[in-house]
Amino acid sequence: MKSSSLKNVQKHHSDRHHSHPDMEEMRTFGFWIYLMTDIMIFGTFFATYIVLHNNTNGGPGPADLFELSGVIVSTFILLTSSYTCGLAVLALNKGKKQALIGWLAVTALLGAVFIGLEINEFAHMVHEGATMSRSAFLSAFYTLVGTHGLHVTVGLVWMIALMVQLSVKGITPVTKRKVNIISLFWHFLDVVWIFVFTVVYLMGVK
Amino acid sequence: MAHTDSTHSVEDNHGSLKSYTIGFLCSIVLTIIPIAIILGGWLEGTSKAVALMMFGVLQFIVQLYFFMHLREEKKPRYNLISLVLGLVILVVIVAGSMWIMLYNMVAL
Amino acid sequence: MLEHIKSFASGFFVTGDPMIYGADVSILLTILAVLFTLTYFKKWRWLWKEWLTSVDHKKIGIMYILSAFLMLFRGGVDALLMRAQLAMPNSNLLQPDHYNEIFTTHGVIMILFMAMPFMFGLFNVIVPLQIGARDVAFPFLNSLSFWLFFAGAMLFNLSFVIGGSPDAGWLAYPPYSELMYNPGVGQDFYIWGIQISGIGSLMTGINFIATILKMRAPGIKLMKMPLFPWSVLSSCIAIIFSFPILTATLALLFLDRYAGAHFFTLDGGGNPMMYINLIWMWGHPEVYIIVLPAFGIFSEIVSTFSRKKLFGYHSMVYAMMIISILSFLVWAHHFFTMGSGADVNSFFALTTMLIAIPTGVKVFNWLFTMFRGRITVRTPMLWTIGFIPCFIVGGLTGVLLSVAPADFQFHNSYFLIAHFHQVIIGGVVFGYFAGLYYWWPKMFGFTLNEHIGKWAFWFWNIGFYVCFMPQYVLGLMGMTRRVVSYSWDKGWWPLNLVSTIGAGLMGIAFLFQAWQIFHGIKHYRKNRDTTGDPWNGRTLEWSIPSPAPHYNFAVVPQVSELDDWWEEKQRREHNPYVPPAKEIIEPIHMPKNSGIPILMAGFWFMAGFGFVFHWLWLTVPGLAGVAICMLAHSFNDDSDYYIPIEEIKETEAAIRKVTTS
Repeated sequence: MKSSSLKNVQKHHSDRHHSHPDMEEMRTFGFWIYLMTDIMIFGTFFATYIVLHNNTNGGPGPADLFELSGVIVSTFILLTSSYTCGLAVLALNKGKKQALIGWLAVTALLGAVFIGLEINEFAHMVHEGATMSRSAFLSAFYTLVGTHGLHVTVGLVWMIALMVQLSVKGITPVTKRKVNIISLFWHFLDVVWIFVFTVVYLMGVK
Repeated sequence: MAHTDSTHSVEDNHGSLKSYTIGFLCSIVLTIIPIAIILGGWLEGTSKAVALMMFGVLQFIVQLYFFMHLREEKKPRYNLISLVLGLVILVVIVAGSMWIMLYNMVAL
Repeated sequence: MLEHIKSFASGFFVTGDPMIYGADVSILLTILAVLFTLTYFKKWRWLWKEWLTSVDHKKIGIMYILSAFLMLFRGGVDALLMRAQLAMPNSNLLQPDHYNEIFTTHGVIMILFMAMPFMFGLFNVIVPLQIGARDVAFPFLNSLSFWLFFAGAMLFNLSFVIGGSPDAGWLAYPPYSELMYNPGVGQDFYIWGIQISGIGSLMTGINFIATILKMRAPGIKLMKMPLFPWSVLSSCIAIIFSFPILTATLALLFLDRYAGAHFFTLDGGGNPMMYINLIWMWGHPEVYIIVLPAFGIFSEIVSTFSRKKLFGYHSMVYAMMIISILSFLVWAHHFFTMGSGADVNSFFALTTMLIAIPTGVKVFNWLFTMFRGRITVRTPMLWTIGFIPCFIVGGLTGVLLSVAPADFQFHNSYFLIAHFHQVIIGGVVFGYFAGLYYWWPKMFGFTLNEHIGKWAFWFWNIGFYVCFMPQYVLGLMGMTRRVVSYSWDKGWWPLNLVSTIGAGLMGIAFLFQAWQIFHGIKHYRKNRDTTGDPWNGRTLEWSIPSPAPHYNFAVVPQVSELDDWWEEKQRREHNPYVPPAKEIIEPIHMPKNSGIPILMAGFWFMAGFGFVFHWLWLTVPGLAGVAICMLAHSFNDDSDYYIPIEEIKETEAAIRKVTTS
């Protein structure tokens, strides 16, 4: 915890803001740039998937494997979690700590269900013999969808850590920035999923 | 707790319940339409792909506008500039890869 | 049991080659000597507190440059071995498989573990000083970037003694880099060495974009910023958009090798050309990433040593930004011969030629800056003047290569080798050396011997032309890259011999540089830079003492124009009786040192080593360690402190005492 003398100094400093960059604002900006780099990672995997998705090597293709109903459920779950994440930010802006933690928990829960469904889908496909080493199409599929899933999983761990920090430290400039950042991350993953859903599943089924 | 009021200024308070809810409803609608296109078999071939991508892009804009609050950024709008730059390069690498690898297979 | 260990060790360590045994012994002796020295002089604590855990951008920069010099030495030895073999094609100095390893490690080390850290070192030391900042935007991340680079570089170099080096060329084209043809661990060392250091590079890119856009001192509008930060910004833009492509591509290659995927394999529907397509989406921006900062350095030096404002500042800024974006539109010129249609090749040939335009603009700007300037030729300026003709020739041969039909002749010949060495040595290496000589006094507080420096320059410069001009001709005579030997009736021997002599001259030049540095350290008291401004500079870094105090600026400067320090000096000269503006010293907010970055890099190293050998018992704890470090950092609130006013005053007074005595 910060000492009182430090707080005075900080107060003193906020008077001459021009020479002292706003750390929390800058960190949010840095995270935004990170999201730009993540776009390129997904872009590379999308490009690979699009180029290789017809190379099924005599194995099952997209139309044989995908079950749209399960994926539609996953999509709506993720969309809803994006909304609840937004509600968490609203609670943050109103300074309501309990509501904030509650909405974050709902978001994390929806994320966990999404991951559960994805693991289930993968397990089902592997069971049918459609493994990563079956064909170039399946390698690209597992990599693209799995990378998104990995991101969601990291987001979950991070969200839990953040909920712990919020309950211990309350809403401070630092935790406030962290909530804003994770909501950006979560909306970003939602956007990526929309394109996974469109390019991989919707365009693949027929 | 170290909870200073200065960090809760009005300009910071982006988003309201209304705007989030509108965004959520938009994204639901924009997801249902492409699903209907596929399940109903309304479109085929290139027109299907174009329509699906269009709805994806609209969905993206909705998320940016209502959830990620891109329009509220103060000047200079570095976030927007970097996003536009990133999207341009994204399109270059995806479309470029498709052009090079799929439509020019002289050697294969 | 003993047999078991023996058979493990013979597979684990690289055995059988006397040269490698010799290297093993020397590495071991060096490590022992370092450990002994540190223990004997009781320097462990000092090393840990002052350097290894430091988040000070100046110290991190120095560590980067030191690592780059070590890597330059190793990469240089690789080069000399190759040249020796090619001068004696029948000597069997290097066996073919050993030769393959050496050209692979030479390329990887020189680009990723020499040029990149050298560049990051200069970014770190100079950018905050030039924009009037006290540190970079994210000091913790900066330290982490360095240690990830270091862990990656060490992992890559370890392949030399453990497991065997990669041998599939510096970009590891499949199918040869796939498991089927390359079952050893060398290729996995390649993947993880680059992967780990690549994450570091990516974070440095993010860090410097935020630093430059958000941390400028009051008054430094973007269009009043010196050109070096501009070049860093353009380079970092290319980094953040291209390095993720490298990370993703190497991840795919890794999945092929580790998980049996079929992205780039010949069977299972994979397509090796997709790898080549992807890797050059990173590879081409990469060469601009390393050359753009060199352009920035030359711009600073030309203007300082011509005593003139840079000619065409705005066109210079636009040229760098355009190059940074255009560099993403040319990648296919690296594989014109792959067999895409004429439309693809024409498009990429045209975009490639387009890049020559902004580059040409820059060359003219430098020349016009020198025109009618009062030029003083000190070592940094000497490197700049040496760079211009060299880079023009290299650029022009690049335009020749960009003509797609002609490229079918030049492709993978020594003509290409000569071309890219000319732009990379003539542009990048000369540029970084110029920057190092220029900012050396600012980094270390003493000047280097000019006389030895001039010897080093001439050996480098002459050695360069002697080495690479013959290679253009060899390329046109039909000599292809990556050949270990050739028959006498080809008639290539005389030119190869000349080329090897040139390489030797550059080797001697490196020795001169090492001597110059030792000489400087030995006579350090005599050559103290007491002014803080040894070259009569123009930008903010010369307004503070050398070396800069750890908080850089006691008072954050107020800037009103481009080359503000120069204008300030002019004002003082015209009117010496106006006292400088009263400066109010305030407590300075500084980041605290942290041991987490080096620890986390250690865990990454563990995880990478585990991946290389398929040892899950090492990979899993490594990755868990990384995660724990991240969480520990997230929960740590105690990351910064304030330097009290008294301490700042004391430090400033102590510096003045030194400078006036």
